[in-house]
Amino acid sequence: MTTTRPTSRWTSRGAVHALLLLAALYSVLPLIWLLTSATKNVGDFSTTGAFELGEWNLMGNMRDLFAEENGIFLDWARNSLLYAGAGALLGALICTACGYAIARLDFPGRRLLFAVTLAGVLVPTTALALPLYLLATELRIVDTFWAVFIPLLTNPFGVYLARAYAEAAVPNELLEAARIDGAGELRTFVTVALPLLRPGVVTILLFQFVGIWNNFFLPLVMLTDPKLFPVTLGLFQWSSRVSQFPYYNPLVITGSLLAVVPLVLAFVVLQRQWRSGLAAGSVK
Amino acid sequence: MTVVAPSGEPTASKRSTGPQPRRRGRLRLAPLVLAAPFALLLTGTVLVPIGYALYLSLFTERLTGLGFAGPQEVFVWLANYAEVLGDPAFLTSLVNVAVYALVHVPLMLGCALVLALLLDGAVKRLRQMWSLMVFLPYAVPGVIAGLIWSYLFSPGIGPLNDVLPWNPLGADGVLPSIVVMATWQWMGYNMIIFYTALRTVPRDVLEAAKVDGAGPIRTALSIKVPMIRPTIFVALVFTVIGSLQLFTEPLILSSFTNSVTSTWTPSLYVYEAAFITNDYGRAAAASLVLAIASAVLSALVMRLSTRRAR
Repeated sequence: MTTTRPTSRWTSRGAVHALLLLAALYSVLPLIWLLTSATKNVGDFSTTGAFELGEWNLMGNMRDLFAEENGIFLDWARNSLLYAGAGALLGALICTACGYAIARLDFPGRRLLFAVTLAGVLVPTTALALPLYLLATELRIVDTFWAVFIPLLTNPFGVYLARAYAEAAVPNELLEAARIDGAGELRTFVTVALPLLRPGVVTILLFQFVGIWNNFFLPLVMLTDPKLFPVTLGLFQWSSRVSQFPYYNPLVITGSLLAVVPLVLAFVVLQRQWRSGLAAGSVK
Repeated sequence: MTVVAPSGEPTASKRSTGPQPRRRGRLRLAPLVLAAPFALLLTGTVLVPIGYALYLSLFTERLTGLGFAGPQEVFVWLANYAEVLGDPAFLTSLVNVAVYALVHVPLMLGCALVLALLLDGAVKRLRQMWSLMVFLPYAVPGVIAGLIWSYLFSPGIGPLNDVLPWNPLGADGVLPSIVVMATWQWMGYNMIIFYTALRTVPRDVLEAAKVDGAGPIRTALSIKVPMIRPTIFVALVFTVIGSLQLFTEPLILSSFTNSVTSTWTPSLYVYEAAFITNDYGRAAAASLVLAIASAVLSALVMRLSTRRAR
């Protein structure tokens, strides 16, 4: 080993796998901590080691979690699903339609729309939150479902992705053929373009789902009624009480575990999908 | 199929120079139906709010006369901006995110790039497993990531307080702690982006380099990295914008330690001004300073990337 050139030493299989193992441990250990901690009761939580198992109390923690405040955690889960599920589905369709129109149709204001969309990608969401809140106040929709849902539908990056997809996946020749056959533009979009764009739609949907599921600032600003909270905001509210009431610790941790598991599973199952999606987003 | 487009590019000029009367009538409705929903959303949730913030930033609430009429909106020109830019708390928050970005951006993107190069060049077996494991933190919402790490940093609960060379919840320690949290969330995501870009590097170029005697490190530095430079710059822009907006991690940490003040980052400053002090003019001015700063920074990075690419 000592006499070989430095390149082969550094890229030797052992060193490479050691580096990858280090990165994997950094990534996975906090999740394992979440898993082991969710199985402990309040006492074991503060007395046992971080990755040790105490007395198995996962079921008890879950029972407490779903019983707390008359089962409000289920409301939060349902809200998150509604915000993220319906928001991603509708948002992805809106983005795809607009991206396709920018890529493949000629209309006045097309370039302007795309330029503003690109600028929209760069505007920080925290800079928008206050004016959005005040606008929502004027419209009297603060502390309603719509105050959170409508802004979350706007996804400029989705339009940017959809345009890139439409340029790559929908050949102009095919559209010309459909037009010559007498199909209207809308019908061409639905029957010819949309099926070709399906992988793109699914990718945008996936990323918008994660984006909305992760969004914290907007609900924090818009909502005061706990019944409307998504999981993240609800858990945040509980976590702000843990220093006074350690009783909330297992609730916060078990709730976090339950909020993370579906997403982790979705990413494992949909691996092929997000890999190809990221590729399209990065290469273009 | 009379006119075959030379490439996949939509050619607006071709359409406008060769009008096809049969299509004209239809073209007006379809773009409207397809593009209008997003255009309306963009207007209502981005453009109008920015305009409104601009308007708000020029006013302040003041008690006029004897104060019997209650506070009134007074036009103050740029006084709010002057107040924000002269506020030591705001300047401290800017310094905090600047230092954070200077550490987090190169560290996170550097690790992501090295891992992507290793996946691309050095491992064949277990490639899927490694990449999936490193990617998983991306699936964890920021709030929950913040909670997990806050617990891991807490003395008596998490192991990190004893292991780390700094006090993770102390006054000087929260910044590196937040870097650890944010790097955890975004490293795998960027690694996958770099890795997929690396897969598009033509294999014959790499073969040629090998024939010429280039080792794996030389190939990585002189061929692979330059070829995915556009991807790296896009990731750079998004990471810089994200760093400027730093909010969730410090907010979560602040319920575990007193070392994070209520104005620790510019976003927290905006939140504090708007929702705790209820000073909308100052909050709007700070929002716009933040928006302008990220626009200028991204433009700068973009300019840099196009110059380097030539």
